[in-house]
Amino acid sequence: MSRSDWEVVIGLEVHAQLNTTSKIFSGSSIAFGAEPNVQASAVDIALPGVLPVLNRGVVERAIRLGLALGSHIAPKSVFARKNYFYPDLPKGYQISQFELPVVQGGTITILVGDGDKSYEKTVRLTRAHLEEDAGKSLHEDFHGMTGIDLNRAGTPLLEIVSEPDMRSSAEAVAYARALHALVRWIDICDGNMQEGSFRCDANVSVRKRGAEQFGTRREVKNLNSFRFLQQAIDYEVQWQIATIEDGGSIQQATVLFDPDTGETRMMRSKEDAHDYRYFPDPDLLPLVISPEWIARVRSEMPELPVAMKARFIAELGLSAYDATTLTASKEMASYYQATVDAAGAASAAQVPKLCANWVMGDLAARLNKAELDIAASPVTPAQLAGLVTRIADNTISNAIAKKVFEALWTGEGASADEIIDKQGLKQVTDSGAIEGLIDEVLAANQKSVEEFRAGKEKAFNALVGQVMKASKGKASPAQVNELLRKKLGG
Amino acid sequence: MINASLTALRRALDDKQISSVELAGLFLDRIEAHNPVLNAFITIDRDGALAAAGDADARIARGAAGPLTGIPLAHKDVFCTEGVLTTCGSKMLANFVSPYDAHVVTLIKAAGAVSLGKTNMDEFAMGSSNENSHFGPARNPWNTAHVPGGSSGGSAAAVASRLVPIATGTDTGGSVRQPAAFTGVTGIKPTYGVVSRYGMIAYASSLDQGGAFGASAEDCALLLSAMTGFDARDSTSLERPPQDYAAALAPVAGAGDKPLAGLRIGLPREFFAEGMSDEVRAAVDAALDQYRALGATTVEVSLPNAKLAIPAYYVIAPAEASSNLSRFDGVRYGHRAADYGDLNDMYCKSRAEGFGAEVKRRILVGTYVLSHGYYDAYYLQAQKLRRLIAEDFRRALGECDVIAGPTTPTTAWALGAMGDDPVQMYLADIYTIAVNLAGLPGLSHPCGFGAGSLPIGLQLIGNYFAEGTLLATAHQYQQATDWHQRRPAVAGV
Repeated sequence: MSRSDWEVVIGLEVHAQLNTTSKIFSGSSIAFGAEPNVQASAVDIALPGVLPVLNRGVVERAIRLGLALGSHIAPKSVFARKNYFYPDLPKGYQISQFELPVVQGGTITILVGDGDKSYEKTVRLTRAHLEEDAGKSLHEDFHGMTGIDLNRAGTPLLEIVSEPDMRSSAEAVAYARALHALVRWIDICDGNMQEGSFRCDANVSVRKRGAEQFGTRREVKNLNSFRFLQQAIDYEVQWQIATIEDGGSIQQATVLFDPDTGETRMMRSKEDAHDYRYFPDPDLLPLVISPEWIARVRSEMPELPVAMKARFIAELGLSAYDATTLTASKEMASYYQATVDAAGAASAAQVPKLCANWVMGDLAARLNKAELDIAASPVTPAQLAGLVTRIADNTISNAIAKKVFEALWTGEGASADEIIDKQGLKQVTDSGAIEGLIDEVLAANQKSVEEFRAGKEKAFNALVGQVMKASKGKASPAQVNELLRKKLGG
Repeated sequence: MINASLTALRRALDDKQISSVELAGLFLDRIEAHNPVLNAFITIDRDGALAAAGDADARIARGAAGPLTGIPLAHKDVFCTEGVLTTCGSKMLANFVSPYDAHVVTLIKAAGAVSLGKTNMDEFAMGSSNENSHFGPARNPWNTAHVPGGSSGGSAAAVASRLVPIATGTDTGGSVRQPAAFTGVTGIKPTYGVVSRYGMIAYASSLDQGGAFGASAEDCALLLSAMTGFDARDSTSLERPPQDYAAALAPVAGAGDKPLAGLRIGLPREFFAEGMSDEVRAAVDAALDQYRALGATTVEVSLPNAKLAIPAYYVIAPAEASSNLSRFDGVRYGHRAADYGDLNDMYCKSRAEGFGAEVKRRILVGTYVLSHGYYDAYYLQAQKLRRLIAEDFRRALGECDVIAGPTTPTTAWALGAMGDDPVQMYLADIYTIAVNLAGLPGLSHPCGFGAGSLPIGLQLIGNYFAEGTLLATAHQYQQATDWHQRRPAVAGV
């Protein structure tokens, strides 16, 4: 059987660390990188007699996510205890939500692939629930013993569970990226994957194309980069297909991905699965969220990517692809919006599109090369707007604009106008001056003139190039074209 | 002094007849003299007590004394006390010194009361006789061959023998009321949520509630007033204005010799049916006659589901306990086995050595009823029973102001009398457990004696937040009777 006879089915569970100041059930800080156990209070280390108190900010963030995904925000949800023993789980249970999660259902639209081959897909969310993180077990540096760091214990997490709607690793990555962008967009998670603020578990199964039943799934745990997510799924898919084609069957299991080998290996089988003995936590009352609370959170929400995308298309005349790309992250969208705003309402109609091209094109490429985030761009939206304005009003050509952009990047001037002025890059639009240059070029390139007259269109382009060169790039290419053709034709 | 009411002690302290340091010394001497027999205390904190008493004297001298300033008391060893051993009656915590005070301890310290030590209890508050303490059983001062009840047996025995005038306790299924009845003192468990559980080592979180022991309802009222109050650190703590239960004790002016006129006392048919011993029935009937003489009327009510309280409780409480006690794993504090192989072995050995038989039994039961495939049949079913029981009380309390009945079916049994059958002991809590399941307040006051001079208690159950009514009712009874003034001979009171 070929690979195309198989269908891949993927569902993701994403743990997003919420960007509150303090923990979900205690007042301890959740700042990353502190000395071990200095951010562990009596509650976090589960001293006898301590009790959890829910952090209101955590709930607000869950509501934000629910609103952004169009989910049902449960008027009443319940915290439950998930019981198991582990040294980095001080209480012997994790407080989570089980039967009644705070966020139920919802959808997110993802863009899979690049450019022309890209397509949109809507992925359904099952639920998102609040829970506390465990501490860390440190197996190195302790000479055969295990160190326990409880700084992370009690850090608030939102576990966001998708339906098994993804059909390829590319879709899974696109979904994870979209969710990553969204949680940062609505400012509930810093999205720092290296620090573990956003980690994915992938439930992967395969089935014969056309089969109604899902195959048995294996869950790949704790993937903390999009690349690992892709690699782990790809490995798992080929492993599962190969196993079945070799006459084997898939057993439900939890597996770990090893980035060094690019392979997954079994952590525990279904038989070893814990019985977590979930039951409602009697220390916490049911979480009641009033319509007023939801309304208040809604009123404080930023414009969501879906709405912004629609506005970019309707009001700024962008294509769907451009609008989707620009709203892929909050930083890029704000940068673009700020650029358009700075270019001003009075600017020409093509300005929004020009701004989009520059943000998605030259700026993105330059940032990529310099490994910089758009928020750290040396070229500010106001500077880029100044540049785009001069392109739109024909002060400079696109070719010169690239020069000006580079100068802005390196800080050779505070504004496009200053650089254009200082370096004398203003487009020459004086026909007399251009005609003078044309005459000089024609005189010096008789051979090309003859070739053109003999019907070689290439020769014309060469002549345009010569004129442009003579103008040091400052002549308007359109004007050069027009005048040259007139001269040669005349 | 040792027999004085809190009001009398207050007056003596304020009038400088005795200093707080002297008073603490007096009671500490009694503890040291009689604890070897009674075993009511696990920890005696003489130094801490004398220092606190010194502070109290300074406060009294400044004229800044409150009702409890300078009054000696003891805490059940379930309450965390900063710098003082908090064992919860268990080997597991035999070495545990808390770095923080329970909310109740903080409040009582702030009131200026002087803690003399920590009282004995059934391990992790699981038991009805105090025989489950790792530190050996506390003894009933009325007959030291008998149990003082449990789980707050040490507090009850200490108050009954006047080793301390008042003491704190906790009540999950009767652990204040039952030992109060067994030792002839007054004990109250308020409405769930009235006393903060922060720093009170959890047994069954949805049932645990702090309570007070005293010789009289009046003394209980003074102590309870100092223990209650909203605590943001306990999500089940109720936000209510501070209560002065002592101020509410006085009868309505002009009530004359019928101070309880208008009070309707409900008598649950099921509590008076069978199971109660004859001597308990006789004492309870006599107490009810006394209540009628004080102007109250009695009316029969019904609690048809009360008989389901014990099975429901022995699913819910162990379920919560099995999870609450998971933190005692030998990793961060408490007992850790000396020799072990891998991590799992460390857990198994530490917990096997650290927990006693009854605690293990309840952890096993709780683990079982929460496990996959059994949860619906046990835990969910028990929660439904719990609602039915609460509904019974709601209906009954619509027909009366307070419910009265026996606190226990019998007087205190002899040590070891319950043998190895835990269920027999569970059944002894038949009258108290339903109250915890419903979250209602309950009070036990002495109402007579059975064979061998063993005390008998009457239980009053009120509606939510009716602590004041219960205390005022018992107070009027105690104005007309002297059962609460009887003292055991053992400690030479």
